[in-house]
Amino acid sequence: MEVQVENKEEEIERLLDGLKNSKSSDWEFRDTYNPIYSTGKGLNKAVVEEISEIKKEPDWMRRFRLKALEVFQSKPMPNWGPDLSGIDWENTNYYNKPDERKANNWEDVPDQIKQTFEKLGIPEMEQKYLAGSVAQYESEGVYHSLKKVWEDKGVVFMDLDSAVKNHPDLVKEYFCKAVPMTDNKFAALNGAVWSGGSFLYVPKGVHIDMPLQTYFRMNNESTGQFEHTIVVGDEGSSVHYIEGCTAPRWDKDSLHSAIVEIYAHKNSNVRYTSVQNWSKSVYNMPTKRAWVDENAKMEWVGGSLGSKVTMIYPSSYLRGPHATTSNLNISLAGPGTVKDTGAKAIHMAPYTSSKIIAKSISIEDGKAIYRGLLRMNKGAVNSRSRVQCDALLINDESQSYTYPHDEIYEPSGTFSHEATVGKIGTEELTYLRSRGLSEDEASSMIVLGFLDDVMREIPMEFAIEMNRLVKLEMGKLGAVG
Amino acid sequence: MVELKITNLSASVDGKKILKGVDLTVKGGEIHALMGPNGAGKSTLGNVLVGHPDYKIEGGSIVLDNIDLTNKTPEERARAGLFLAFQSPIAIPGVKISSFLRTAYKQLHPEDKTTVTQFFDNVKKHLKKVGLDESFLSRSVNDGFSGGERKRFEILQMAILRPKIVILDEIDSGLDVDALKLVADEIIEYASSEVGFLIVTHYQRILKNIDPNFVHVLVNGKIAKEGDKNLALQIEEKGYDWIRS
Repeated sequence: MEVQVENKEEEIERLLDGLKNSKSSDWEFRDTYNPIYSTGKGLNKAVVEEISEIKKEPDWMRRFRLKALEVFQSKPMPNWGPDLSGIDWENTNYYNKPDERKANNWEDVPDQIKQTFEKLGIPEMEQKYLAGSVAQYESEGVYHSLKKVWEDKGVVFMDLDSAVKNHPDLVKEYFCKAVPMTDNKFAALNGAVWSGGSFLYVPKGVHIDMPLQTYFRMNNESTGQFEHTIVVGDEGSSVHYIEGCTAPRWDKDSLHSAIVEIYAHKNSNVRYTSVQNWSKSVYNMPTKRAWVDENAKMEWVGGSLGSKVTMIYPSSYLRGPHATTSNLNISLAGPGTVKDTGAKAIHMAPYTSSKIIAKSISIEDGKAIYRGLLRMNKGAVNSRSRVQCDALLINDESQSYTYPHDEIYEPSGTFSHEATVGKIGTEELTYLRSRGLSEDEASSMIVLGFLDDVMREIPMEFAIEMNRLVKLEMGKLGAVG
Repeated sequence: MVELKITNLSASVDGKKILKGVDLTVKGGEIHALMGPNGAGKSTLGNVLVGHPDYKIEGGSIVLDNIDLTNKTPEERARAGLFLAFQSPIAIPGVKISSFLRTAYKQLHPEDKTTVTQFFDNVKKHLKKVGLDESFLSRSVNDGFSGGERKRFEILQMAILRPKIVILDEIDSGLDVDALKLVADEIIEYASSEVGFLIVTHYQRILKNIDPNFVHVLVNGKIAKEGDKNLALQIEEKGYDWIRS
């Protein structure tokens, strides 16, 4: 066991040394690539029909989009949560098509787009750690690949647009079942203008031992990205799916409003990890939901680092007996940003269990909110739930709020809530500094320590990246206190 | 030649003056004991020397090997070779001891080319000496430690980080007889090098295991009496009242 500790330390040290030369803003760079087609600013029936037309979609999808547009237009904005008045509906560009091709190898991706993903380290990561990879630029997937060994076993992994064409029946079976487009205003918007996202299907009994990843990149200002992702773990399968997202920083705000649907069938094990590092000009409003069947296990792991405003509450519907879910989330509310994040667990069957661990860090006037729902339906006998929310406030003006909401209709259910709020204290800082660490290093060490129980669940490459981002944010602050 | 020179040092905390002109010189190879009644300012001296921001230096100077540390940050003092074993080391949840030790070591010895494996071999050797299990490395800094474990960990850090001047603040409290023996042996072994020690203690318990070259008695923020180890024995017999008067 001790050998393992050493190897891990050595690995981390090696990776950190390699990252030392990277610059602070290296995911915020802009490139000059112009889309080959754009619907222009604003949203109406014609724009939606245009998107459907460009995609040469089947009629059912076109009708679905138009219906969703009606729902979007009729639904009011949420009357709770963060201020969304900065979303400029009229000046947003809802569809940008980067290129005609959808490549299967990086050589066929247009040079500038390829260079962008190379800068972000995506092809390298794919080669080393991934079983498959999809890359989305603006509104469309521009690249997808899946190692042959998994293709041979019947795994499907591609952007959703391609899947609609190549696997229409499979897509129809799952599309907007867990997240109906009537769910909320932003889900309806996604329904109307959705483009891109990934479709992953893992057949019965197939265990994929390396993660699959989709990377989302937004490039132009005042654009919207509306991907729709569907992950299906069929009976007895297991899979780990990862999403990463970045965008350059612009003066005008952009909107990201995704739908993620996950179907964990009987006895399956699905893990969904997302590390979001949108620039501070992005409103991030996705709807993410999983259906978890009998004896299946659904794990959400989230790192919400960037964006201007994020509202996200991944939900698990525990539909079969002994279904379990865990939700581990880290939210970093940097200066001037709002993180309204949380989780929902709906216990619909006996012996189901949920575990939610939410950690937030607020820097300067950053505001971190935990908003959660725990529901135990009548008949979900002997179900269990544990919710733990820990907040760390870095500065005096930093804010943290906790809004847990419980609906317990089953008397045999057991649940617990714990919440802590901490500050980085002088004693802790002095102790570390007295051992030679600078104030910045000491505070990032304390912050990373605070995050440790979630960090351990994240794949190492992501933990390293997260580690680096936290250090950068802390470094930018200068003196803490 | 290692030399910590404290000259006419006065300091306050929360506006209250605690140290009122302390003079003390600790050289490499020497073991000094600083004794004194409760409230004399012993722990304040440790905190002032380490650079704790809540303690304000009002006058005087702290110089280590001709580097003036009086207005330096805690990390600058540590990098100059100063080490304080805290009386009540604070817990830092989630910060793993292995990475904490490695990070601190790299800060304090930037040119050192010891590999990770060599480094942890050395750590394990010293863990054994202070009576801690190897699994200790994967715990968090001082988190959930017993009083004794905290003290052993402070001494372990001393042995690993290799400072020039070591200040031990009540290192014997919370240790049983056997643990005290282990800790004392580790101190004695380290003291055999060119290192200066300042052992801050209320009782002379630890001084039965470690022979000091000099004993200073701090009363009301000033050194009231100085002598050799016999002074410690006198204090054990007679208490502090005779020095005060």
